[in-house]
Amino acid sequence: MSSTQEIQAGVAEILEEVAGVTPADATPEKSFTDDLDVDSLSMVEIATAVEDKFGVAIPDDELGNIKTVGDAISYIEKNQG
Amino acid sequence: MTSIQLRQGAPGAQILGIGGYRPRRRVTNAELETVMDTNDEWIRTRVGIAERRWASEDESLVEMSVAAGGKAMAASGLAADQVDMVVLASASLRVPIPGIGPQVAHRLGIPRPGAFDLNAGCAGFCYALGVANDAIRTGSARNALVVGVERLTDVTDMTDRSTAVIFADGAGAVVLGASDEPGIGPVAWGSDGDQYSAIEIAAGRSTMSMAGQAVYRWATTRLTETLVEAMEKAGVGPRDIDVFAPHQANLRIIESMARKLGFRDDVVVAKDIVQSGNTSAASIPLALTALLESGEAKSGDLALVLGYGAGLTFAGQVIRLP
Repeated sequence: MSSTQEIQAGVAEILEEVAGVTPADATPEKSFTDDLDVDSLSMVEIATAVEDKFGVAIPDDELGNIKTVGDAISYIEKNQG
Repeated sequence: MTSIQLRQGAPGAQILGIGGYRPRRRVTNAELETVMDTNDEWIRTRVGIAERRWASEDESLVEMSVAAGGKAMAASGLAADQVDMVVLASASLRVPIPGIGPQVAHRLGIPRPGAFDLNAGCAGFCYALGVANDAIRTGSARNALVVGVERLTDVTDMTDRSTAVIFADGAGAVVLGASDEPGIGPVAWGSDGDQYSAIEIAAGRSTMSMAGQAVYRWATTRLTETLVEAMEKAGVGPRDIDVFAPHQANLRIIESMARKLGFRDDVVVAKDIVQSGNTSAASIPLALTALLESGEAKSGDLALVLGYGAGLTFAGQVIRLP
């Protein structure tokens, strides 16, 4: 089990790798599309990277509900096993 | 009991000739901007397309197939009566009866070949190549014409900007012939029919819809193993590959696949999608033709090809370029 802080750092790392987002910008209130300029295909890449890193499954219909960095963090917290 | 006799096939098959047909009408992103809510930057960053070809009315599936097939036949050096099999891959036949393989063969002067159409979506060309290769290997055919042809604009909703900017038209063809030295490796193919609705013309509709995120995820995660399998079956490693020519669906998928496979730094990666859009079953022979014409690829190069699409289907193999 990763702590909230570890998850946030992990998500920030993935965001930097996939979409070139500066880690300091990857704060929970940020919207992927509106604030961080992440497009729908990059969201798929982020989802698969999150799956690999945290061992959670993010089906496409769930992916649509993940709008902000905070949504991603709480999804991982809820579903990590 | 009378036993059924089998024929001795050829040790292998090789590609003897290749040809393509690109429709006359070139459609740039700037032109699309004037008819739908899209822009050049959006299209280039999402799918990597700068322009595509749209077929006019006279550029029918049959006419484009005859044009591409004729070029491949001429390049092969074979006479028409030496070809005894025609496999035509297409997912955009508007009229299912009759299939057009026999008509294309007739127009090319190929006398009474085994001829049929094959629909495996955007994987159609590689499926057809696998079937024709196996027919030559088992003695069912000696020389085969394989065509991939599409008029995707016939089945595209021109008001749906998520597909209208991507899909395009064209034809590509290869002629295969029996050979002692195999020029086509065993096919690595399969399907994921649970995702049948990811790319479909739904009941009662006449145009295609695509679950872009689902297909993107599938293509970038599930197909790497098929590419590895195609190389393993042919007994070659990623560093033996000179040319990587996957189906031209999306530049980001192409680049993602290429990054994962461990090719040499000087591997040539087909990016014909930039100029041609997604032409489904025609995209691989068209991409190979472009690389051979520009000199980026040369005769004798070892290429890894992979088709994937509606079904969902996928098929890949290692081939030696003519």
